[in-house]
Amino acid sequence: MSNVPAELKYTKTHEWVRAESDGTVTVGITEHAQELLGDMVFVELPEVGRTLKSDQDCAVVESVKAASDVYAPIAGEVIGGNDALADSPELVNKDSYGDGWLFKMKPANAADLNGLLDAAAYAAVVAEESH
Amino acid sequence: MGNRTPLYEAHVALGAKIVDFAGWDMPIHYGSQIEEHHQVRRDAGMFDVSHMCVVDLRGSRAVDFLRYLLANDVARLTVPGKAIYSCMLNERGGVIDDLIVYYMDPSWYRMVVNAGTRNKDIAWLRRHAPSFDVEVDVQEELAMIAVQGPNARAKAQAALGDRIGAAPQLPRFAAVEAGLLFIARTGYTGEDGYEIMVPADQAEELWNALYAQDVKPCGLGARDTLRLEAGMNLYGQDMDEDTTPLVSGLTWTVAWEPLDRSFVGRPVLEQQRGAGVPMQLIGLVLEDKGVLRSHQKVYTAQGEGEITSGTFSPSLGRSVALARVPAGSVSECEVDIRGKRLKARVVKPPFVRNGQSCID
Repeated sequence: MSNVPAELKYTKTHEWVRAESDGTVTVGITEHAQELLGDMVFVELPEVGRTLKSDQDCAVVESVKAASDVYAPIAGEVIGGNDALADSPELVNKDSYGDGWLFKMKPANAADLNGLLDAAAYAAVVAEESH
Repeated sequence: MGNRTPLYEAHVALGAKIVDFAGWDMPIHYGSQIEEHHQVRRDAGMFDVSHMCVVDLRGSRAVDFLRYLLANDVARLTVPGKAIYSCMLNERGGVIDDLIVYYMDPSWYRMVVNAGTRNKDIAWLRRHAPSFDVEVDVQEELAMIAVQGPNARAKAQAALGDRIGAAPQLPRFAAVEAGLLFIARTGYTGEDGYEIMVPADQAEELWNALYAQDVKPCGLGARDTLRLEAGMNLYGQDMDEDTTPLVSGLTWTVAWEPLDRSFVGRPVLEQQRGAGVPMQLIGLVLEDKGVLRSHQKVYTAQGEGEITSGTFSPSLGRSVALARVPAGSVSECEVDIRGKRLKARVVKPPFVRNGQSCID
C-alpha cells in the first residue's frame, strides 16, 4: 500500500491537492499514480493564467511507458507551475507529494475543496483498484 | 492468469511488476525501467525471454524448406552454429514473423520466434513441412535467459564456470551447445552478450548464478527501449502481415541472390521493388521536448506517415522513434503530439550501439 498523507485531499483520478495557508492550492499526482506510470520522462504543465474547469484535462505526465492526462481537481486559475520538472521529471517519482508537485491554483470557490476525497476515501479507491 | 515461465516465481520474489505480454505474465520492470536500461548499456543485465518459442527443424531437406520459407537465405550459413535474422513472409509479401535461425548441422536448424506469433508460426511451418519431409519440433521444455551488456559475457562465464563450454570463443551471431545449454552470442539490445537456452528445471539455478555475479534482472520495459535505441524492429509494431520488409527497413534481410531461389512472397517483393517502394521506415529524433509514441502522425515534404515505435531514449535523454513515411529523401519532419506539431530530425538507425550514441 502506497503512502496517502492524511492532510491532503484527493481525486478518483489520482491527483492530490494541498490547501495552502494563503488560500491557494498545490496539485500533484499521488504516489500510487507515479508507481503505476513508472519512470517519468516528461511533464507538460498548464500555462500560468489559464482558467480551468473542474475535471478538465490540463497537464500531461509521460513515463517511459505512456502519456497520462492530469485533471484539474477543482475549478480555478493556474498561478504557477513546477519549473524544476522540465529538467528533472523524475522528481514526480522520487517525491510525489513534495518536490514533485505539478502546479498551483487559485480556487474559484474555496468550498469546492470539501467535495474532494479525504485520505481514507482515496485509500479505499486505491484498494479497490488493486483487486 | 496467463502463461508463466519457469522464472515467474523468481520475478515475483525480486519485486517485479508483472504485466500481460502476448498471453504471458511477464516482468515489465523490477523497480525502475530506466535504471535497468542503463544497467545493460553500462554493465550487464538479464532478461527472462522464455516466452519466446524455440523450434527445431530436422530433416535432410531442412535447408530447402527454409530457403523456401524465409526471405533471407540460410544457404549463406556454412559454419555450424552461425545464425541469420530473417523475415518469414506470406504470399502477399507481408511479414508473418521475424526470427533468428541457427544452422547447427545439415539436417538441424534451430529457430527462435516471437511469443505473440508462435501459434501461427508453428501452423505455417507445419503446413509447409510435409513437402520437404521436415520435422517441426517445438522445444516446450526450454527456458531462455538473455544476458546483455558490455560485461555480460565475462559475468556469464563467471556464473557458469566450466559449463560455459566453447561459448567464449563464439563469434558474433553464432551459437554452440554446451552440455544441456545452448548458448548464442545474440541479443536484442545493441550490446554484446549471450542468449542462453536452458532446460526449464535448471532455469532458476542459472538465473540465481547470474544474479550472484551482479547481473541485474531487467524487464520487458527496458528491453523495448534498448531495442529501439539499437534500431531493431518489433514485430506487430514496426511490421506485420500487411507490410513487406521493403517498407519496414528490412530490405537488407532479403536475399535477392541467387535469382533462381524461389521463396514465399518473392514475386510481390520483386513487383514492389520494380514499381518503386512507396513507403520507408526511418529513424526520428525529437528536437523539442516531449515523447514520440506509436501512431502519432508524421508530416514530411512527401506526405503523411506514422510513428511505428516511439519512446524516450534513456541513453540519449531525448525521444526517438521509428516511423513509416512516404519514400523519398527527407531530413526533417514534424510530428503531431497532442495537437502540437513538433520538429523531428531524420537519422539512420541505430540511435545507440555498444553504449555509444550514433547520432550528433
